[in-house]
Formats: sequence, structure tokens, C-alpha cells
Amino acid sequence: MPVGAKEFINHLFGPVSYTVFGVFAFFLMLATYRTWTKPVVFFILNSLIVIFFALSWSDPNFNKIVTKPDNIPIVALIFIILFFMWLSFRQAAINDERMENGMPPLEAVEKHERVLVWPDLVFIEFLSAIIFMVVLIIWSVGIGAPLEEPANPTKTPNPSKAPWYFLGLQEMLVYFDPWIAGVVLPSFIITGLMIIPYCDKNPKGAGYYTFKDRKFVISMFLFGFMVLWIMLIFMGTFLRGPNWNFFGPYEYWDVHKAPVLNNINLSEYFWIHLLGVGIPTNPLVSELPGIFLILAYFIITPGILMFIPVFKRLYSNMGFLRYSLIIFHFLVMMSLPIKMILRWTLNLKYIIAIPTFNI
Amino acid sequence: MASKKGDIGRIFDYISNTQAWKSIFRHGSPDTTRNRSLVMLMNVVLHLHPVRMRKSGLRIKYTWCMGGLTFFLFLVETITGLLLMFYYRPTPEYAYIDIQYLRSDVPLGVMREIHRWGAHAMVITVWLHMLRVFMTGAYKPPREFNWGVGVILLVLTLLLSFSGYLLPFDQLAMWAVTVGTNMARATPLLGHEGPGAAFIKVGGVNVIHAATDARALLLGGRIVGASALLRFYVLHCIGFPLAVAFLIAVHFWRVRKDGGISGPL
Repeated sequence: MPVGAKEFINHLFGPVSYTVFGVFAFFLMLATYRTWTKPVVFFILNSLIVIFFALSWSDPNFNKIVTKPDNIPIVALIFIILFFMWLSFRQAAINDERMENGMPPLEAVEKHERVLVWPDLVFIEFLSAIIFMVVLIIWSVGIGAPLEEPANPTKTPNPSKAPWYFLGLQEMLVYFDPWIAGVVLPSFIITGLMIIPYCDKNPKGAGYYTFKDRKFVISMFLFGFMVLWIMLIFMGTFLRGPNWNFFGPYEYWDVHKAPVLNNINLSEYFWIHLLGVGIPTNPLVSELPGIFLILAYFIITPGILMFIPVFKRLYSNMGFLRYSLIIFHFLVMMSLPIKMILRWTLNLKYIIAIPTFNI
Repeated sequence: MASKKGDIGRIFDYISNTQAWKSIFRHGSPDTTRNRSLVMLMNVVLHLHPVRMRKSGLRIKYTWCMGGLTFFLFLVETITGLLLMFYYRPTPEYAYIDIQYLRSDVPLGVMREIHRWGAHAMVITVWLHMLRVFMTGAYKPPREFNWGVGVILLVLTLLLSFSGYLLPFDQLAMWAVTVGTNMARATPLLGHEGPGAAFIKVGGVNVIHAATDARALLLGGRIVGASALLRFYVLHCIGFPLAVAFLIAVHFWRVRKDGGISGPL
């Protein structure tokens, strides 16, 4: 691949363009799910990724990061996750079209048919267990499990990365303090997942693939899963290098890459740049704008959102308690992209900067 | 009838008429609907299944087989993990060389590879299982509770994988776990760098400090060392698997009691 093209792709994989492009691709995927799920289109899309990998393979920096033993599951995950997104949206597209023409979804056609578990299901289970075992053994014989040099508490590797499935959380550390990124947000991911069935009062869409019947819920869940979890894992695995700096896929992992810009707290923006006075010494006074902003975000936004028809319908379906729960978790989730945008555009460090209580 | 059967058929007939065979399998061969139902009812492993099920639940396009594969991988991890325990000593002196020994000198040394890759695969299959259940709306009533059980199982799978990450005690293990457990340092109230911890005082002395906070509880000290290795080992081999096994039983039980694999109403 020519050097110019590599430079261009390196820039394309910068933090801002990677995220913006990813979010754009995500919503495009939702909006055009009937088009891109056509087997031909999906085949072309997949081929493009394979071609990208093939062309990049000879690049030493790309090759090193992709073939690192611990990264192999994540390279596989790119294709696996795309395939299963396709599989679900393909069936959703078919079902939605059937239902528009007054036909039941495919799953409902044979809903009264019952089969005996022996032999039908037991056979399938047996077969898939054997196939999967064979795959696993071939994989294990072919590729040795990662083992680096012995643990050495005095030698910190740079970068030090968490296990790959926690890289989304580690990525949040760039934008939030550890107590939010490592403790509060993961807890809300768990509670947020758990309340889904109690808050989703939509009677439609149970037991068959559909997008049309559950547009809002699916979009919200997949935004969290695909954009804020899977995409951040890819980012943390392939694009984060020494000192947690950003590196394009063909870039050499230079330990001495220039550090990022100095980040500024909201209090500094408010007191110094806006009012032209010094920052008050009492942190409770100096952080008042930030505290007000956070409270407003969680208390006033739910009310403002009610002016949007989707949320208004949500409220009338769910009632006050369920709506509050869902909106609270929704706002917590959205705080990550909001903080990302603030960091990129304003170099904002903390909204509230009280020692050990930074937000 | 008997004269039409070949030698193998006759041998099978003979075996299945012995007292020993009949004591194990109390029903006849599963070629009638009645006997096929009895297979499911009389076998302690198979009776997790219903006797009959929706046809759509059989379709791999619908279920992706992901829940089943996750359970299968849990079994693989249990068996390979048990074999690994014969060779592995959870102390900083021995852990690393035991792993090296495992991959170079132990017969069938591929067990560690299977265990490691299987663990990665299990994380992925759990996620895909959740994605499938979500995309088919299978968490909707009456299955709300089982979705919650599934979320806890998802967290436990990640914890199992994370606790196993430390055991080889190489650089990858040590620093991944250092990064991971550093977060616990910032737990509100319970971590010594977390918000509020500075206010918990007895007689003017901080209760929560580097040797008493949530991270120290996880690691059994301030650094990822011998006590951390032992704690992670015990949790990885006994604590989490027991919790997972119990919750899997609840999960499967509720799949049955909530009406089997989801389908259109």
C-alpha cells in the first residue's frame, strides 16, 4: 500500500474521526437495515474488510498488533460481531417486510408445531458440541496461548492494558476518573441491563426478529453494546499504544509521541474566562457551576426530553417510576459520548473538580 | 422381524435385553414417541430438556446455539481446568514455571491452550447469547427474571476470566490485573482514593487507607503478589465456578418454567 494511503488511514483512525465515523456508520446501519443486509451487499462489505486486512498485512506495525496472541480473539470478534449483526438484521428485515404485507413473521408460521426433543434437539446439541470442540482443538494446537516473560513488579510495560473485554472501561478512564469509569459506570451497566425487561412495556416483538416494532429499544441497546462497548474495545486493542496515546493502524508505537494538550476544568472556564475573576478558594463555591450543570443534566433533561414525541410516548407507556429509571440510565450512558465531545472541542477536564470527587 | 436384522442389530438386541442394560435404561429403544419421551424423562442429564418443544426453537438461525455453546464451554473449562490443577501451584515461585512445564513437557500439553482460548470464546459466546436474546425480545414477560439471572451470569463469566488472567503470573497477567484492580482503589467510600473515604475516621485516624481498602481486600495486600495469586486462584477454581453452576441451574430451570425457548406469542 502506498505511504500516502497509509498516512490517510492513520488520520482516519484518529480518536475523533474514528468515533464520529463509527457513530455515523451505526446510525446508517440502523436506517438502511433493509439494504445492507441483502446478502450481496453484506458480502461486498465483508470483502472490503478482508481486502483491507490483506493489503495491510505486510505493514510491520499493523502485523505486530493484529497477530499478537492475545489480540487474536478480538480480530475474530470483528468478523463474528458483524456476521451476527447481519444475521439478526437480515431476519428482522425479512420479518418486517412480511408484516407490512399482512403476513406473520417467519417464526410465527410454525408456532403451533411441536417436535420431540429426542432426537431432534439432542442431535443438534451433540453435533454442535462436537464441531465446536474440533474447532477449539485445532485453534489450540495451531496457536499457542499467550505467555510473556515472568511477572516483574519493577518493570511496568507501556502500555499496561486490562484484559481485552475490559478495554471499554479502561478507555473511559481517559474521560472520567477511576471511581466513575471503574466503579460507578460498570455498576450502572449492570443495573441498566437488568431493568430492561421491567421497563420495556412494548407488547410487540417478543420471540421473533424485528426492528420496525422496537426501533427505540433496539437502537438504545445497540448504541450501548456496539458503539460504547465493542467499538471501544477495538479502539483500546488496536489503536491505543504507549502512554495510552492514539496510534493509527500503521503507526510505529513510539514511546515519545508528543503528549496531549493540557485540559482545563469547567471552573476555570467559568471564573477566569467568563467572569474574569480568580477561582474562589472554597471548592464548594468554585465548583457551583459544575454542580448546577450536573444536577440540571439529571433533573431537567428528563423533562425537556418529554417534548420529543418518542420520549413522551415512552412516558405515557411506562409511568413515572419506570420512565425515571430508564432516562437516568440513558443519561448516564450518554454522559460518556458527551464527555468525549467536550474533551475534543473544549479540552474540558472536569465538570466538577473537587479532589477525589472529580466528574 | 429378528431374522431381517443384521449381526450388529442382533448383538444390540442381545445387549439391550441383559439385566445390566435394563437396570440402567428402563425404557425400550427410542423409536416410538412414548419411548422418546421416556428418554427425556428418565435421564437425569437430559431431563433438563422438555419432552416437546417449539419447532422454531430448533432453528440455528433463531437461537444461534449461543446459550448452549456457552454452557458447553463452561463444561470444557471445568474439565480442562481440573486437569490443569494437577500441575499448577499458585505461588509466585512456581506459578510461571508450572505453566511453562505445562506447555512443554506435560503429555497432552494442549490443555492450557484449550482452557485459555475456550475462556476467550466463552466471553464472546455469552455476549452473543445476550445479543440474540435481546434482538428476539426473548426477555419480555414472563422471562424478565431469567434475563436478570443471565446478566449476573455474564458478570460472573467476566470475573471468572479476569481471575484466571492472573494465574500464569507473567507480565501480561500481572499488569492486566494491576490495571483492573487499580479501579477498586477509587471505589466510593471503600477505596482509599475514592470519594468520601477520607471522611471515614475513628479518633481522627483514617479507617480506609491503602492496606484496608477494597483493592487490598481483593489482592490481600497492596501489590499483586503471593496473596493476590492465592485469592484469585481460590476464587477462580472454587468460588466463581460454584456460583456459576448454581445460577446456571436456576437459569435452565427458569427457561423450562417460563415456557421453553422463546417464540412468538
